[in-house]
Amino acid sequence: MTRILLVAEHDGTTINPSTAKCVTCASELPDAEIHVAVLAEDGASLASEVAGLTSVDKVIQVDNPANSYPVAAILAPQIVAIADGYSHVFGPSTTFGKDLMPRVAALLGVNQISDIMSVLGSHCFRRPIYAGNAIVTVEAPAGQPVVATVRTASYASAADGGSASIEAVSVDADLPGHTRFIELRSGKSDRPDLQTAAKVVSGGRALGSAENFDLIYKLADALGAGVGASRAAVDAGYVPNEMQVGQTGKIIAPKLYIAIGISGAIQHLTGIKDAGTIVAINKDGEAPIFEIADIGLVGDLFKIVPELEAAISS
Amino acid sequence: MEKILVGLKRVVDYNVRVRVRSDGSGVETDGVKMSINPFDEIALEEALRIKERGDAAEVIVVSIGNSDARQQLRTGLAMGADRAILVETDEETDPLSSARVLLEIVNREHPGLVLLGKQAIDNDNNQTGQMLAALWGRPQATFASELVLDGNLAKVTREIDVGLESIEVDLPAVVTTDLRLNEPRYVKLPDIMKAKKKPLEQIPLAELNIEASARISEIAFALPEQRQKGIMVDDVAGLVAALQDKGLL
Ligand SMILES: Cc1cc2nc3c(=O)[nH]c(=O)nc-3n(C[C@H](O)[C@H](O)[C@H](O)COP(=O)(O)OP(=O)(O)OC[C@H]3O[C@@H](n4cnc5c(N)ncnc54)[C@H](O)[C@@H]3O)c2cc1C
Repeated sequence: MTRILLVAEHDGTTINPSTAKCVTCASELPDAEIHVAVLAEDGASLASEVAGLTSVDKVIQVDNPANSYPVAAILAPQIVAIADGYSHVFGPSTTFGKDLMPRVAALLGVNQISDIMSVLGSHCFRRPIYAGNAIVTVEAPAGQPVVATVRTASYASAADGGSASIEAVSVDADLPGHTRFIELRSGKSDRPDLQTAAKVVSGGRALGSAENFDLIYKLADALGAGVGASRAAVDAGYVPNEMQVGQTGKIIAPKLYIAIGISGAIQHLTGIKDAGTIVAINKDGEAPIFEIADIGLVGDLFKIVPELEAAISS
Repeated sequence: MEKILVGLKRVVDYNVRVRVRSDGSGVETDGVKMSINPFDEIALEEALRIKERGDAAEVIVVSIGNSDARQQLRTGLAMGADRAILVETDEETDPLSSARVLLEIVNREHPGLVLLGKQAIDNDNNQTGQMLAALWGRPQATFASELVLDGNLAKVTREIDVGLESIEVDLPAVVTTDLRLNEPRYVKLPDIMKAKKKPLEQIPLAELNIEASARISEIAFALPEQRQKGIMVDDVAGLVAALQDKGLL
């Protein structure tokens, strides 16, 4: 029997979409029984949100004032305390899971499989390496828990409609005081979330300034799209870090991705490999982005983007 | 603080487009340009800046690998590290073993801070720093884009999915670097000469008595599904028509 403990990601109020994607991945393991752990300060409504996902068999609610904000060093010992009896411990390959899961794996004394992109068996998976330029098939050793993170862009969300039971447990673990959360600065936006948006418009270094990036926002708004950026645009300060797409930014899989003034470096392309349709707008006909774009348009973005926005709006 | 320990991994240079061997047995690394993992270079740069501000006395670079990794350690010494340690092994170590090796070095050197890259760009695992922190029972501050030392504390800004998070950790701690923490310096020729005189200690891995870990075995390597080059359109009208064709507008 495959018993999977999946660590839910949330912000205290709502469950992050990464959790429903991990559930889909977990449900592809043979004979999987899926339990989802919700570690929060007061997780009652979060737990019932998770209990409504199909394929979830049980929700384990661990309330503790120390869980008011996710800190890996505080969460890890609690997860280890409830991991007994599970063959697998999964989390999302978001910054939350990347930070937390290796700490869990080390406490359990096992290696971790990062970024599962497909499931071949209970201990056999595929994952990307070298910025996605190679795919390796890996097998986890038998007789010890399989700790892994799930590449969320590879999975659709589990649907609503489940009715799992919820069990509140209190965990007896030594929680360290050596790591303290101070604050979170996050650009609130009404636009669709970059990681889940069906359409994304991204701008690169070519935009030249934060003011000029308005062109990208306007086009995105006309399309109802989320907004992303290349590393060069983030480094130059045109947009905040959470908008970076790529190997070291977000890995996304929208139906439509429009890259504007982005050359198409491999590290950027890693982030959009799973996009449905890729559109590239670049003044250099030789730019590598055109090698993988489904629709390419060579020209000056400062002329093209306002025209495109007008055409879509009308 | 007395010492900062920095991990340097030798990896295929980030500009190289890697190729999978035709028999699927691995990624071609013969004759390919090798460099310090870019995130580790940022870790070293940060350590050097801390030392130059007078907040640390010594910067030690450590690598785990075969004797070729001396090249990357020499580069680290040329950048300004004071001494280097190579834990020598011909086999690639898995992240848990790497963390156990680093813990052994930590127990010998007692650094006030360990700086590592958030991930190595070969296996993209993003694990070793977190594992070291867990085994050491110390704080971890991953994906750092700003690091401020304040006595026995470090204030770290972390790049996370929703924005920038600030945390405070007691020292000693493990900090893993993100790209925007700093821009590493270039190595100057005279420094390369000077670095040749700096100490580089080689310790055979077997001497450290590291607990064996069960590896995750790599069974086969393949190319990712390639995207095909699509169509080119001449103008905005053509683009709009193509999008409408696909039902995207
Ligand atoms: C370890 C590592 C990790 C990295 N991770 C990431 C990552 O996660 N994401 C990422 O994006 N990058 C990442 N990078 C950086 C990456 O290698 C590139 O440097 C970066 O993606 C370039 O951004 P860009 O395409 O905006 O800029 P450039 O490469 O400078 O391209 C600008 C493009 O704009 C075009 N252009 C200029 N003016 C106009 C105009 N008026 N109209 C139309 N087109 C115009 C140019 O022809 C050019 O193609 C990483 C690098 C390293 C080493």
